Amino acid sequence: MDGRTSRRDFLKTAGGVAAGLGLASVITVVPARATPAEMQEAIRKVVGGARVSPGKVKLDLPPLIENGNAVPLTVTVESPMTEAQHVRAVHVFTEKNPQPNVASFHLGPRAGRAKVATRIRLADSQNVVAICELSDGSFWSDSAGIVVTLAACLEDGI
Amino acid sequence: MASALINVPPRARRGEIIEIKTLISHTMETGFRRTQLGAVIPRDIIRRFVCTYNGTEVFSADLHPAIAANPFIVFSTVAIESGTLVFSWTGDNGFSVTESAKISVD
Repeated sequence: MDGRTSRRDFLKTAGGVAAGLGLASVITVVPARATPAEMQEAIRKVVGGARVSPGKVKLDLPPLIENGNAVPLTVTVESPMTEAQHVRAVHVFTEKNPQPNVASFHLGPRAGRAKVATRIRLADSQNVVAICELSDGSFWSDSAGIVVTLAACLEDGI
Repeated sequence: MASALINVPPRARRGEIIEIKTLISHTMETGFRRTQLGAVIPRDIIRRFVCTYNGTEVFSADLHPAIAANPFIVFSTVAIESGTLVFSWTGDNGFSVTESAKISVD
């Protein structure tokens, strides 16, 4: 060694710095959006203490969508929709949008068929959850995963 | 002002389940977007949609920013009697639109 940095030392240091930077960037990039935990909290607010069981609801979403600004969504519930037994409400939640709530639909025996459809925005590839409330007070849920190529909400405005 | 499109079958048999499609023009500004200067664009959305059938509420919806622009809502109801279906959308900045459709039931 003659006081100059050898190639080996240089590579060691450079590698260490690069690894450090990589780690730091992983830590600092925190998405400014809701988390699955916030979705659970939003669901708890709607459901109260009741138990949500899987089944009875069918959430129809395309598995992959190009544009997250308008994603077709259909929720169907198995129910006779009579005065005694009907769907009271259908709620839709997302995991990673800035807000977990998407929409709440209020139905009744006059609906005839428990089926609603709309178009929603999705900020990322994520799980979407639909929860229905029946007239007997029970809650049922279904979830669907979707891959979004172009996210909504994040593009710049005018 | 905003314009709404409503698709209700003009005639139906008594007891038949009819599908209703509604579409209204509205930007549904989320309140999460920013201008290029970094200022937040204020939220401007439709918060509530209600459908009444001869004065009785048969369907309603609470909407959030995650509903796509120009909200499109499809639902169904039982054709009980001839009459009028009234649809109303209300939202931020005093937004309020009411439309109606006639149905004749034999």
